[in-house]
Amino acid sequence: MIPVNFDYESPSTLAEALKLLASREDAKVLAGGHSLLPAMKLRLAQPALLVDIGRIAGLSYIRESNDQILVGAMTTHADIASSKLLQRSSPLLSQAATQIGDTQVRNRGTIGGSLAQAHPGADYPAAVLALDAQIIAAGPSGERVIAATAFFVGMFTTALRPDEIITEVRVPKTENESVVYKKHHHPASGYAVVGVAVRLKVSGGKIESAALGLSGVSQNAYRATAVEKALRGKPVAAIREAAAHAAENIEALGDYYASAEYRKHLATVMTRRALEQAASGAAK
Amino acid sequence: MKKELIELRVNGRTHELALEPSKLLLDTLREDLQLTGSKRGCDDSSCGACTVQVDGIPVLSCTLLAASCEGQEITTVEGVSEHGSLAAIQKAYGDWGGAQCGFCTPGFMMTVKHLMAENPDPTEQEVRAALSGNLCRCTGYSQMYEAIKAAIEAEQKGMAAAK
Repeated sequence: MIPVNFDYESPSTLAEALKLLASREDAKVLAGGHSLLPAMKLRLAQPALLVDIGRIAGLSYIRESNDQILVGAMTTHADIASSKLLQRSSPLLSQAATQIGDTQVRNRGTIGGSLAQAHPGADYPAAVLALDAQIIAAGPSGERVIAATAFFVGMFTTALRPDEIITEVRVPKTENESVVYKKHHHPASGYAVVGVAVRLKVSGGKIESAALGLSGVSQNAYRATAVEKALRGKPVAAIREAAAHAAENIEALGDYYASAEYRKHLATVMTRRALEQAASGAAK
Repeated sequence: MKKELIELRVNGRTHELALEPSKLLLDTLREDLQLTGSKRGCDDSSCGACTVQVDGIPVLSCTLLAASCEGQEITTVEGVSEHGSLAAIQKAYGDWGGAQCGFCTPGFMMTVKHLMAENPDPTEQEVRAALSGNLCRCTGYSQMYEAIKAAIEAEQKGMAAAK
């Protein structure tokens, strides 16, 4: 049961949705509802108006455009996990989607909703960071492109403005790179205690480039730039030492399941494993 | 509290209902339509006891507004029987002890029906993966896997006989 009632609108166009969203200060967008509705049950969120964007046509798709794959904001985790196009051309996003929640959650939850929620233990943030993805937001004055690296600014806090709606996520094709998403699940919630997304380019036994996104460790997902720097131009054997920098200068979260100290240690272990797996994939 | 008129398609019938926008699909099914098969287990999207199908896809009716489902086809456990008799999976659950206390069973039915429709010959791994969002505290699942295997065999025999 949701204890506090609210007004509800389900517009059929994006323009209408944006107008509704701007009409009231306490309006919120409802996508798949798998973050927002549970929060509303607990009175952690009490919007006075819900703008349900589920009836807007054309927000759920996965398609190719030059060297990018475009993913509509209302595309479900299940569709992202099973997309042949993503599996072939940019599998990191599919790997992350496969590990979200359970079957029913993946059938309803959406990538746009998950990114906008920015749960510290969500899986996509790590992946979109490692991919240098672009997040497209529509607002009253048009569309803007937000770099994933500038998107996550705090716990449940993003660069998205209250009157904006995510419409699309653009990820690069990574056919010549090795990508891995590795996750330590919280056994009850399924969220990442630590999730590591790795994108690695190896040539002639040397690491040409590395990009790493980490979720779960801190209040928001981040790029492990110290690890990236320690890997660039180095032989694959440098992984073990580089991974030790995974949570350097990061203020880690701590709870009854995993203390901050434990999380930081786990981050280095998971980073090493993800990198080793990516390197062994790349060597083939 | 303000109510709105909405039309819901449930198990092939259209219902016109006056609902508060905050009403969850699960509560609408149980309180307004007296379809009490779908159960509230955890109420936090963890247990799968409230699973129904919306346009053929298993989703959690406790994490879904009824108003969001207008114009979609909702199927609950009350809608899975075929021609007035039990579906193969319902019969198999009875035969193999797939249901013990029975609380989780309607949710399982909706997930298994979808699995069988999508993948008529799943491996055990695929069955386990498909059921990962439904929890049962009684059976230990083994009887369910037996029941599902039996239901799949029964369906395959039925299809072979129909040819």
